[in-house]
Amino acid sequence: MTDTLSTSVAHELDENALLQAYRTMRTIRAFEERVHEEFATGEIPGFVHLYAGEEASATGVCAHLDERDAIASTHRGHGHCIAKGVDVKAMMAEIYGKKTGSCQGKGGSMHIADLSKGMLGANGIVGGGPPLICGTALAAKQQGTGGVGVAFFGDGASNQGTTLESLNLASVWNLPAIFVAENNGYAEATASTWSVAADNIADRAAGFGMPGVIVDGFDFFAVYEAAGEAIRRAREGGGPTLIEVKFTRYFGHFEGDQQTYRAQEVAEARENLDCLKRFRSRVTETGRLEEADLTAVDTQVSDLIDAAVDEAKAAPKPTEADLATDVYVSY
Amino acid sequence: MARTISYREAINEALAQEMERDGSVIVMGEDNAGGAGGSGAEDAWGGVLGVTKGLYHRFPGRVLDTPISESAFVGAAIGAATRGMRPVAELMFIDFMGVCFDQIFNQAAKFRYMFGGKAQTPVVIRTMYGAGLRAAAQHSQALYPIFTHIPGLKVAVPSSPYEAKGLLIQSIRDNDPVIFCEHKALYDATGDVPEDSYTIPFGEANVVRDGDDVTVVAIGRMVSVAEEAAKALSSSGIEVEIVDPRTTSPLDTETILESVENTGRLVVVDEASPRCNLATDISALVAREAFGSLRAPVEMVTAPHTPVPFSDALEDLYIPDAQRVANAVKSVAEWKR
Repeated sequence: MTDTLSTSVAHELDENALLQAYRTMRTIRAFEERVHEEFATGEIPGFVHLYAGEEASATGVCAHLDERDAIASTHRGHGHCIAKGVDVKAMMAEIYGKKTGSCQGKGGSMHIADLSKGMLGANGIVGGGPPLICGTALAAKQQGTGGVGVAFFGDGASNQGTTLESLNLASVWNLPAIFVAENNGYAEATASTWSVAADNIADRAAGFGMPGVIVDGFDFFAVYEAAGEAIRRAREGGGPTLIEVKFTRYFGHFEGDQQTYRAQEVAEARENLDCLKRFRSRVTETGRLEEADLTAVDTQVSDLIDAAVDEAKAAPKPTEADLATDVYVSY
Repeated sequence: MARTISYREAINEALAQEMERDGSVIVMGEDNAGGAGGSGAEDAWGGVLGVTKGLYHRFPGRVLDTPISESAFVGAAIGAATRGMRPVAELMFIDFMGVCFDQIFNQAAKFRYMFGGKAQTPVVIRTMYGAGLRAAAQHSQALYPIFTHIPGLKVAVPSSPYEAKGLLIQSIRDNDPVIFCEHKALYDATGDVPEDSYTIPFGEANVVRDGDDVTVVAIGRMVSVAEEAAKALSSSGIEVEIVDPRTTSPLDTETILESVENTGRLVVVDEASPRCNLATDISALVAREAFGSLRAPVEMVTAPHTPVPFSDALEDLYIPDAQRVANAVKSVAEWKR
């Protein structure tokens, strides 16, 4: 685990930035583990797909983003929301289908979004996001904001025509777009080693005239470094990049999935490859942060999630008056 | 011999019996087996809701898992159908038609006509539709009217396990492309289904319940909603005749018109959103062809003109229920000029 490259990147980050990165990853983990527990009680409706295990990707990429930048997400979108700064309490309320939710209870887990934060939504359609990000990147380019667009998508979406067309278009138009392929090993119940007809998703970048990078998705610093380079290049007019982040999701495809299609990977990943454990030992062993600082964050995050759940449970549901509102701006 | 099985089991049995009978029948879709290339079990899922479970081992090489690439595999099913296969492709949620619609409506639907009657495309696209599972805006729509709109496609919307088995076997044997729409909230519904293979012809409605006061035409899952309403109305003296068209294309206009000519009153119950759906289509049919028989304005009970909301509080208001159907029936039964 002594990656000198990543260690040097670690020195680019000051203590506050390190602590913020840890807070984001811890918030995602705690949020997802709590949703996992609460879903089992039957109180959370619908389909829920959890991001636990993949925290370093959203966090390492979004650490480089600001209000000029937009992201598009997947059905596994809670982590991307949190990393892009969406309010955690509003997110929890949304997942409970409450009026106080980030989408007023109309979207739910699979469509959770906050446009004011540049978060264009989780997406129920595999491969729905990459074309939209060509559009946000085009807007940033036309408007001269220096902003970038980041499309997070899964190994499943890497086989969709929409994704492949978007990679081509982004190169043809030289867009400030970053395509982050989150390869967690399985699209639903199908292994990416089977469904992706290439050794790596990143290998496909060559066919679209852009750099392709493979990153250890359990290593925040590796993601941070690769994303930093791609985003810098995009902001400077250097065009798109495809980054493949490899890791394992901790939970099933959806909550309730018995996961008979996979054997031992999860226990192994949780024990030895956990991005939070690795981050924690890296920053403490190198003397950058104290254990006590990190433990304090854990407590604060835990309190925040408790409050988010309590408030979500107590919040009102939307009513009949809400059913037909917001279909159009005007009609 | 009939016995009680679920809608899910009826569909599985139809597929198995047709695969047994005809070696050109193949099944394909995302995780139709499940577990491809994984470290665990093969046939791990049998489809996302278990509808194709067990077929993978029973028919080696004939249940194909696909990458998440709807345009490619739906198009491949269509192409294979032009070359002597009878593929049954599963479009997991009907909402995903957006990803692959060109292959369906510009390719499969038009081959026969634009190639001068020389093409035959016996493909079945099984797809799951409908609200009720809190699956939100992109996994809950009732989009069968869009397919019904396209000349060249046939559209089946089975309302029960019995209809599901007979219509699916007919779909597989039919020589035209068929969109087979399964309501996701019906998979656990049970009913009497013959063990032996049988077909239900397309374009033949089923009169689910006889009645002389009001005709209710209901589509798919709305048939059981209409039945619930009819029971309650019967105790207050209104006898409803329920017509289940079973296929929306072709549509059995004759049975609908005969019923309305008898009752003089029509309510159409359609889970689709209200513009250009089956309710408007059937209402227009009756207004044109049975105007002289009508004794009250036609009523339509549909979803509102909104996307499907996530929150259970809103989704319950979105889906037409028995109370709304009963209110509509009462309003036409009691209507006075």
